[in-house]
Amino acid sequence: MANRIAPRISGSVRLCKALLLAAALIGAAAEAQEAPRRVVSINLCTDQLAMMLAAPGQLHSVSFVALDRRASSMADAAQDYVINHGRAEEIYLMQPDLVLAGRYTARASVEALENLGIPVATFDIVTSMAGVRRAVLEMGEALGRQAAARDMVADFDSRLAALQAEVTRRPRAALYHANGFTSGRASLAHEILTAAGFENIAITAGYETGGKLPLEILALAAPEAIITGQPYPGTSRAERIMDHPVIEALRRGAQGAAVTDADWVCGTPHVLRAIEGLAPLRRALEATR
Amino acid sequence: MSRLMPLLTLGVAALFLASLLIGPAPVGVLDSLSALILDDGTPMTLVMREIRLPRALLAVIVGASLGMAGAAMQGYLRNPLAEPGLIGVSASAALGAVIALQTGLAAAFTLALPLTALGTALLGVLLLLTLAGPRGASLTLILAGIAISALAGALLSLVLNLSPNPFATSEIVFWMMGSLADRSMTHVWLALPLSVLGWLMLATLGRGLDALTLGEDAAQALGIRLTRLRLTLVIATASVVGAATAVAGAIGFVGLVVPHILRPLVGARPSRLLFASALGGAVLVLAADIAVRLILPDRDLKLGVVMALIGAPLFLHLIYKTRKEFA
Repeated sequence: MANRIAPRISGSVRLCKALLLAAALIGAAAEAQEAPRRVVSINLCTDQLAMMLAAPGQLHSVSFVALDRRASSMADAAQDYVINHGRAEEIYLMQPDLVLAGRYTARASVEALENLGIPVATFDIVTSMAGVRRAVLEMGEALGRQAAARDMVADFDSRLAALQAEVTRRPRAALYHANGFTSGRASLAHEILTAAGFENIAITAGYETGGKLPLEILALAAPEAIITGQPYPGTSRAERIMDHPVIEALRRGAQGAAVTDADWVCGTPHVLRAIEGLAPLRRALEATR
Repeated sequence: MSRLMPLLTLGVAALFLASLLIGPAPVGVLDSLSALILDDGTPMTLVMREIRLPRALLAVIVGASLGMAGAAMQGYLRNPLAEPGLIGVSASAALGAVIALQTGLAAAFTLALPLTALGTALLGVLLLLTLAGPRGASLTLILAGIAISALAGALLSLVLNLSPNPFATSEIVFWMMGSLADRSMTHVWLALPLSVLGWLMLATLGRGLDALTLGEDAAQALGIRLTRLRLTLVIATASVVGAATAVAGAIGFVGLVVPHILRPLVGARPSRLLFASALGGAVLVLAADIAVRLILPDRDLKLGVVMALIGAPLFLHLIYKTRKEFA
């Protein structure tokens, strides 16, 4: 649905602006009344969208994951908020008038909060660039910050278009994460990779939906760039696979290697930073052939 | 008997070759083998030398170790239920391996991983022999095994749960069930030294174990020094199980199934059973690892699952046969 709206907005900007203005005028009065004043977010991705969009003082608390630099693009900003652990009891005592949750956030806690009469806005997992726009607009709606959300989407669109304009050749890259998992279509990582001007070898190797990419298939595909995940402290067999001699050999043979970071995790406008981060690698590879 | 050993050797060779030729990458037989032998600079050489060869080699090492350890323990305790996986030695070894990995000890020096696994396996075997006594009556043996397995398993889960690595917890399954997927030559070199040492020590036990079938007094009368036999057995078992578990996780039932099938074929002589079980274990693990790749190629089906499907019914059968002892 929103997919079909998206091109129309960018397509006929003038008509759209007029419509938005009208909508803003009609909505303005209602917005002022309905906007929640004490919002608590219990999901990493809603944390970040809310921090970007909330009016000063509107967002009360974010989840503890938002402080984790490996997963959160906004770990510094998160320090200004009260931290929650997503437990129903602790959230209820904060007396929020809106709770922001992800589709798969601890269902039991979310249901408990709903039973206690606290409104919960649930956000879907974002798996595409169109999904990022949709999530921003939805968050704007939930927080009563529609205007800010529209500005953010407009800014996102223009920056994304600028990043995509410069691609001349699409180098073949492999996404290779812990446990040998790769990302296929309908995943944010694939969208980021594609938007950054790479071709995802998972698709050409027949792993359309991602999943476990056997090391053998990866070796035979001989990608030009290999993009692995960021290792956590401690060890795990799941991550040791990224140090397998085959991967080491591929890294040596491939012209480029990159590491995914917090900007790859959530469908927020910060994915643009992930796309920008891959640009130097792509330019270097474009220059080699 | 005379034809058993060549047959088993042939089985190992055939399955080893099959293991080298089966994988998700669709490559012809001749291409695979030439890429293995000649470094032709293609990625296929990498696939053969760094993915398939270590996997096949480890299947042989792990299978031989577990088969031999099972035969030796059963010979010493004169009880067909003694098996490294069932009596908690594998779980103890896995605990050591996990501790070595999570504390960073494994990264500190090369052989730390198998040596730590050896250390905890040693504790497991000593605890078991203390609890079960030299005669190894089935009831005490199995009860002691359950206790040691449970304790080692719980501590292993605790260590993995406390790890700062979010993936570590889900690897409890690997350590409990075992797998040979995506291992490298590094793991072969880690497992080989201690395994060879253990095999050599186990090989010296043959005469003593044969004598023990006549009873302890008779064995001593034949000049077998039981304390020394016991010590060699304990260290050797801990070495081979420790090395195998450190790289492949705890794979159960190999040491139960293999000696059980081969015992009648070698005239129930423990010394012959030792060597036959080494080859038989290699055959079984190679076959199970091929089955894992053929049944669910995308899922990293754990070896322990296949082994339990084969081994558990046999285990039940053995318990049924020995239930008079329990009564």
